[in-house]
Amino acid sequence: MEMSTAPHAQFRETLADSGLQDAIYSATGRLMEKRLATIRPDVLPDYQELRERAGALKKLAIENLDYYLEQFESNVEARGGRVVWCRDAGEAAEFLVKLAREKDARLLTKVKSMTTEEIGLNEHLQQHGLEAVESDLGEFIVQLARSRPYHIVAPALNLTRYDVADLFTRTLGVERETVPENQTKIARRVLREKFLAADIGISGANFLVADSGAVVLVTNEGNGRMCTTLPRVHVAVAGIEKLIPRAQDLAVFLKLLGRSATGQPLTVYTSFLAGPRRANEADGPGEFYVLLLDNGRSRLLADREKRQSLYCIRCGACLNHCPVYRKIGGHNYPWVYSGPIGTVISPQFLGIAHDPWLPFASSLCGACAEVCPVKIDLPKLILELRGEVVKAQSREGASRLERLGFRVWSWLMRRPKLYELAGMMGSLVLSGSGDGKWLRGVPFPLSAGPLKAWTSVRDLPPLPSRSFRQMWRTRQAGSR
Amino acid sequence: MSRDHVLHKVRTALGRSAGQPPAPLPEARLAVPDMDMETRLSQFASALEALGGVFHRASSPDDARSRVASLTGGRPAVASNAAFLRECGISSLPGVRSGLEDEAELRRLCAAADFGITSAGFGLADTGSLVMFSSGEEARMISLLPPVHIAVFPREKMLTGLDELFTVVPSPAEVTSSMVLITGPSRTADIEQILIRGVHGPGEFHVVVV
Repeated sequence: MEMSTAPHAQFRETLADSGLQDAIYSATGRLMEKRLATIRPDVLPDYQELRERAGALKKLAIENLDYYLEQFESNVEARGGRVVWCRDAGEAAEFLVKLAREKDARLLTKVKSMTTEEIGLNEHLQQHGLEAVESDLGEFIVQLARSRPYHIVAPALNLTRYDVADLFTRTLGVERETVPENQTKIARRVLREKFLAADIGISGANFLVADSGAVVLVTNEGNGRMCTTLPRVHVAVAGIEKLIPRAQDLAVFLKLLGRSATGQPLTVYTSFLAGPRRANEADGPGEFYVLLLDNGRSRLLADREKRQSLYCIRCGACLNHCPVYRKIGGHNYPWVYSGPIGTVISPQFLGIAHDPWLPFASSLCGACAEVCPVKIDLPKLILELRGEVVKAQSREGASRLERLGFRVWSWLMRRPKLYELAGMMGSLVLSGSGDGKWLRGVPFPLSAGPLKAWTSVRDLPPLPSRSFRQMWRTRQAGSR
Repeated sequence: MSRDHVLHKVRTALGRSAGQPPAPLPEARLAVPDMDMETRLSQFASALEALGGVFHRASSPDDARSRVASLTGGRPAVASNAAFLRECGISSLPGVRSGLEDEAELRRLCAAADFGITSAGFGLADTGSLVMFSSGEEARMISLLPPVHIAVFPREKMLTGLDELFTVVPSPAEVTSSMVLITGPSRTADIEQILIRGVHGPGEFHVVVV
């Protein structure tokens, strides 16, 4: 396996950008605080039971997914909607392009959706001369900047109001405006025209409800409602893992999603959409399509342990609480999904060989698992993926050095005298200045050679001057 | 065909066969607290106001009408065809257009109006939410396009929260193609995490409970 290494230069660039560091740290910090304020035992005493239930429901949905997919499909079609099954990004894009031609549609407005980011839908559509406009303010900014989302729920987290001012001036031809409130007004004006003119509205789905044939969408800005109310056609693009069994289960999931994502007991707009408008309804789209996307998900299902990564409801809480995400930000991850959940799902979608360093970019502190509203055991999955990387590497013989190291170690461990001698040499090198302070950087010879990459970014505690074995001998002598 | 291909892959991965029933589900987790109307109303009011919405308590349909009248001040407004708005006499207030049947006209008026006036299917006390069911009486656009949304409904519609909603309406899809919960004015924090109201939906939100 050709082993790519971590993009250290990019990491260093992010770490050296103090403005960006500040933005990531304060945004994630605020989201953490807000979440905490809405799940405290005095305001939500059954928080842990809700998590328990949400995880159990997701497990049942995933383990019986074929049943719920078919149930969902028959309920959508019974109400006049249509389900389109897509193996991959290509099929989804192809269907949309064909649909747009049929409907003679030019302009499409979009609700923020990680799934459409995953399949690069906007680029596909653009290649076919279709304009797909992102309508969530953050996504709109990201699209104008031709970038990708920095965070699952705060896509433009990395940009300041001054970046936005430059961007709006350059791409929208407006006067330079640096006040966020006025910037929002500009976006409102530009997008309002698009909403009213759009032929097709595209959304993702936060949940697909099997017993109702319904798509559930949550947004704060109202763009989700715009895109699913004004155009003639609504198309929802959703991964097959979005199924939940019953409408009543939303009482569990909705209580967790907003709180975990942004610290809101409920997001401002929650839309429960079951088919096209009915004969007696005053407005709404006349056509309703749901694209059920596989794109590698069925492969993930085959692994009994790792299939739990499909429980994810994309709240982003694991990103906010991850010490790694909080330093390296969202763009240093190899794919659209960042943070702990990205670390777990990217290798499973892209192949373990794509970024073998990724599962190792974790301190395994477990904060992600603690905040996950559906109780995905992220650290365990990260460890499993590490195991897979190591297995793949040793098959290729790439870790000869590591194996040599362990052979020397095991040889040494079986020779107590030599081991002690090595220990004494070690404590000489790592004794520090004797004041008990940590060693900044690691002294020669450890700072060179094969351990260099590891030691160059770590401080170590000084080794005590006397080893355990020495202390033990003294103690034994004393007690005798 | 992609349908069979995807389903086959899913079944193979899960070790299931076509037509196999699913594992049994636990009873839905719905707990409706016993709460008197006064508590419901005060919970609703404080949740709504924490979000930047405005709560009005009207003593009678007439009181509701005069409150709405003082909010709109005769400026252009669109009212839904809800019977309750007619009963309160709100549909016939000066400046208010109501009884619209033509969708294109409805859209044009909503896009230009200063106020959208609706009733609501339910209120949810614990989160300060409205539950809107799309129907012939309630168009979706009225609570969406104008910069100010005013909702007027009788207090009997006040539920305790989500659990009661899904107990009373276990299957929303049987009632409507679109059930929307509205919890406060439209908002964003996408630029530097600064809270701004009224991005795409209404930035001002009044709830009048009669």
